[in-house]
Amino acid sequence: MNFLWALLATVLVLLSPPGAAQMRIDVTGVGATQLPIAIAGFATEGRVPQDVAAVIRSDLARSGAFRVIDPQQTLSETAAVDFTGLKGRGADSVVAGSVARLADGRYDVRYRLYDTVRQQPIAGESLVAPEADLRLAGHRIADAIFERLTGEKGIFSTRVAYVTKEATRFRLNVADWDGENVQSPLVSPEPIISPAWSPDGTRLAYVSFEQRKPVVYVHVLATGQRTAVANFRGSNSAPAWSPDGRTLAVALTLNGLSQIYLINAADGANARRLTTSNAIDTEPAFSPDGRHLYFTSDRGGAPQVYRIPVAGGDATRITFGSGYNTSPRVSPDGRTLAFLTRRDGRYFVALKDLAGGAETVLTDGGREEAPSFAPNGRWVMYTTQAAGRDVLMASSTDGRVRQRLSSSLGDIREPAWGPFAK
Amino acid sequence: MTRTALLARLAALGAAVALAGCSSAVKLDEPAPVENRTGSGAAGAGGPGGPAEGGAAGGVRPGGTTPGSERPVQQVTVDPSKDPMNDPSNPLSRRSIYFDFDSFTIRDEFRPVVEAHAKFLVSNKARRIVVQGNTDERGSREYNLALGQKRAEAVRRALNALGVADAQIEAISFGEEKPKALGGDETAMAENRRADIVYQ
Repeated sequence: MNFLWALLATVLVLLSPPGAAQMRIDVTGVGATQLPIAIAGFATEGRVPQDVAAVIRSDLARSGAFRVIDPQQTLSETAAVDFTGLKGRGADSVVAGSVARLADGRYDVRYRLYDTVRQQPIAGESLVAPEADLRLAGHRIADAIFERLTGEKGIFSTRVAYVTKEATRFRLNVADWDGENVQSPLVSPEPIISPAWSPDGTRLAYVSFEQRKPVVYVHVLATGQRTAVANFRGSNSAPAWSPDGRTLAVALTLNGLSQIYLINAADGANARRLTTSNAIDTEPAFSPDGRHLYFTSDRGGAPQVYRIPVAGGDATRITFGSGYNTSPRVSPDGRTLAFLTRRDGRYFVALKDLAGGAETVLTDGGREEAPSFAPNGRWVMYTTQAAGRDVLMASSTDGRVRQRLSSSLGDIREPAWGPFAK
Repeated sequence: MTRTALLARLAALGAAVALAGCSSAVKLDEPAPVENRTGSGAAGAGGPGGPAEGGAAGGVRPGGTTPGSERPVQQVTVDPSKDPMNDPSNPLSRRSIYFDFDSFTIRDEFRPVVEAHAKFLVSNKARRIVVQGNTDERGSREYNLALGQKRAEAVRRALNALGVADAQIEAISFGEEKPKALGGDETAMAENRRADIVYQ
């Protein structure tokens, strides 16, 4: 597989949002099949500060599932298309569109997707967006094109939460999937770990050390309102949302070692203990149906992933391939487990088919941590190290395409991929 | 605090400042001591001093008086190195307990440290401590947090078994998040496999 990495395709995107650390994205590898698509420049009316077609090209190229052709021409969704010429350049489909400034200052973004073989439109839409959301409009169009042509939902309008450390300042950040539009809901002199998105994407749970010990907070992104939902004696950590958003599983140390409890997500009330071992139980993750929790436990002498019914019952061991398997995350369809595994003293992200398949190592860096699934299950994001710094990587679950997100200023770690935008 | 004691402490402070001003023996390139927290009270993780070990017990010596004065003043000089919390010959000055890789057992060499703090806490019921567990940087952050808790818990249980009340101890973990030593080499990682006793 590694020969495929050898620069079959390399896309370098330099992004420098004003006032933020410069982020750099490197993409290597290509998907098993690449759909050739031509994306023309969008016709513009009035002052248009964002190249929407460029956002769509970047998204589809980085997905690894498309070979993007730039026909070097502007084509509005109402103009006649030279199907023969575009087909001759290898494009099976073509995107045309326009961006027009409206009287109220917002923008009308329109696109049309054509099949060059059948020579007819197969999708199209009109979106009205304020200036600040023009990139998002591009991401949404990329999502629609991706879904129409691959049959799977796109993740281009999703967001990612992660933590940066620059000198002694920690930031919890939220950014678009491509690293743009970075916002920092929390800045602290003390560490922040384990961000977790509420299922509706409006809140983040995380562990902050600002009280000189680990405490679990729930943070409403739109208002900045924070609630310390788990601030018990001892350590409080590892928040995981139930699929209905009402319950958090957390690791508490009320009886000595870490054990898993359920609490109300809104106010931390009604704490009830779920695991009962004389060992470490931590890193809970709900199954998508909300009926099971996967978690890390060293009850057998070394850390392994186990599963327990949320209604209570016996724990079942899930991982076996190494003496160190931690950090379980379940794919959105419930079929695949991503976890951290140690092999020969190095740490990798591995996948396991939960229907009984083998454990396969997905990554090759050796310093990996913190896997997190994209909401369409096609990608796993994680931390690794490059040149002595923590950087974020995303690997397609088939291992063919990888993206690296690094910052010029410091460490980027603890990624949590957000849900689909509503 | 009585007026006499206050004056005595002020005088002592003056003497300490004067001494510090004269001192020129510190070599700038000398590496800072890591395990031995023998510096002034502000250094190190634990807050030293406190009502119990202040006063005349050990750390304070009487000075001279002015002959014939009708309002005698006795000078007292505080020597921070005689504070039991900072006296290197006193096990209370040691507040870090180191662990082997993947181990949560208190090594024999740290038994006297735990016993000294237990004895102090049993006879000073008002004092409270936080035991902070730490780990090296390898592997999962959350699992390391749980491993740090296991180290803090080992110290908590040992103190508990020696008679220290539950209410006097809180065991918490920093996991790999607040490393004392940076760098991924074995020396740094060993330095971070540690539980610290911190007086509140």
